[in-house]
Amino acid sequence: MNRGATLGTVAPPASSAAARSSRDGRKPGPTARARRAKTTAIAYLFLAPSAIPLIAFVVVPVFRAAWASFHTWNLISPMKWTGLSNYRELFTDKDTLVVFGHTLYYVAGTLPLTFVGGLALALGLNRAFRGRNLLRGVYFLPVVTSWIAVAIVWRWLLNPSVGVINTVLTNVGIDGPGWWTDPAWSMPSIIIASAWKDLGYVMVLLLAGLQTIPEELQEAATLDGVRWFSRLRFITLPLLSPQIFFVVIISLINGFQVFDQVYAMTGGGPNGSSEVVVERVYDLTFRYGQAGMASALSMLLFAVILIITLVQIRGERKWVNYA
Amino acid sequence: MPRSKRAWIFTAVLAAGAIAMAFPFLWTVITSVTSGAGLSATPSLIPNDPSLDAYRTLFSTTTFGRSVANSVGLALAVTVIQVTTSALAAYAFSRFEFPGKRAAFALYLATMMIPMQVLLVPLFDQMKSLGLVNTYLGVLLPSMASAFGVFLMRQAMASVPRDLDEAAMLDGAGHLRTFARIVMPNVRPAMATFGIFAFMSSWNAFLWPLVILRSDELKTLPLALASLQGQFTTQWDVMMAGSVVSIIPMLALYIFAQKYIIQGVAGSGIK
Repeated sequence: MNRGATLGTVAPPASSAAARSSRDGRKPGPTARARRAKTTAIAYLFLAPSAIPLIAFVVVPVFRAAWASFHTWNLISPMKWTGLSNYRELFTDKDTLVVFGHTLYYVAGTLPLTFVGGLALALGLNRAFRGRNLLRGVYFLPVVTSWIAVAIVWRWLLNPSVGVINTVLTNVGIDGPGWWTDPAWSMPSIIIASAWKDLGYVMVLLLAGLQTIPEELQEAATLDGVRWFSRLRFITLPLLSPQIFFVVIISLINGFQVFDQVYAMTGGGPNGSSEVVVERVYDLTFRYGQAGMASALSMLLFAVILIITLVQIRGERKWVNYA
Repeated sequence: MPRSKRAWIFTAVLAAGAIAMAFPFLWTVITSVTSGAGLSATPSLIPNDPSLDAYRTLFSTTTFGRSVANSVGLALAVTVIQVTTSALAAYAFSRFEFPGKRAAFALYLATMMIPMQVLLVPLFDQMKSLGLVNTYLGVLLPSMASAFGVFLMRQAMASVPRDLDEAAMLDGAGHLRTFARIVMPNVRPAMATFGIFAFMSSWNAFLWPLVILRSDELKTLPLALASLQGQFTTQWDVMMAGSVVSIIPMLALYIFAQKYIIQGVAGSGIK
């Protein structure tokens, strides 16, 4: 999955250049018109190498997914129109609630961990001291490794019988849980591994925001005797709100799409205790031959993500305090 | 407490945290050189009899070496293609006025909101009818363009003075030449940022390759890594060796291009 696709969802300012397109009110002569037609043709030639793949492999498939969600389909025999029955079944099926519940559990578990941890790290590593860049580098390192490697490494660390974490726990007299082999601990295991990987990402996003806060502001407040916590509460956090808002949104968007680490760490088990929405979409399609149902479920997921994106676009205008 | 002492404690806490963060990496390497880890041996912080057995097993009994080559090849191809297609589009958006420009740009942005998961079923069906299931081309085709890349490069090109291209045009250069000789050399940092980002995304990509690639010889590293679990269930030294092999190229890239990587990650979110 290309995480970059969602990274950019923050809406950029609309192109102002386009507004200038009809700048000269003069009536175009035949040569001017020909020149403009030529310019247009050249512009579209430059767009074609990216526009054609985006249309063929993103835009068209979205509509095809929507279309498929109204059919019974196993990817082999032709689709059969069944109207809303896929959706009706999804809404009455307990499993839908369960997989969305697990996904929500994942989001609710990782977001606070990465947010609080990332904020603390960003605040700590924004000060100047020797070795700061090395520390930043170490905290960021997990971000560039693949989810699959992270999942396998954590399966080893959290191995119930021979894993290092349970070994240490035993040594201090605690009986470690069964982690990913125990239905009650499978989601927490995934959450711990994911928080470890995402911490540096949140840190970097917040650090970039902290660097835009003028230093004089903090210094003036310090001179006036404002305490650390009050400075954080009344200066830093309000001025950091655009980045905080972005971190929350992007974590929600990425969180609802969680798949790689679940697939590699628990495969959705044990006993389906960690099956998330995308895992279910995958299983429905390639294991149970229910591509129509899978499409309907993916459209539900899409709707959730779209709602979060809309909140983002509105919220950016509304309740974010721009410095 | 004196200020300097507090600062010292502060730094110590951050350093301790960094050691904890780095520990999983360290443990991975240690396990990979502990022959029989998980079966007959227990890894210890200082391996008493380090050996490369696990790496030997990995490369001699599986197609892991082939997977490394597959990942390198695909990631390089994706990077070159995405940088090229994105730069061309960015040039059009930053240098031309044409009917439909706003709509086209909105369309590009809209594609960034669509998660891969939604495309899974129709895209697989599309590749099946094109006969591209279990081929490199099947992996490559959907990753030819990146709206994020277009957006990033367009911003960089907007800050290249137009006088430069006008001068080149007066000297008789066409658009393609102006693009390649004048604009591109001036947006190298953005190109590097996006290129590395594209490489990393492709290197770590999992869901789509999982769906489209079937045979062992075609598998990319993350796929090969995931299937090691079925093959070496309790041979953790071999699985950790596989993880080390998949992490090292990213680590190297990260050490040499930290600035660009962080820009690619942060730049996408910060206005």
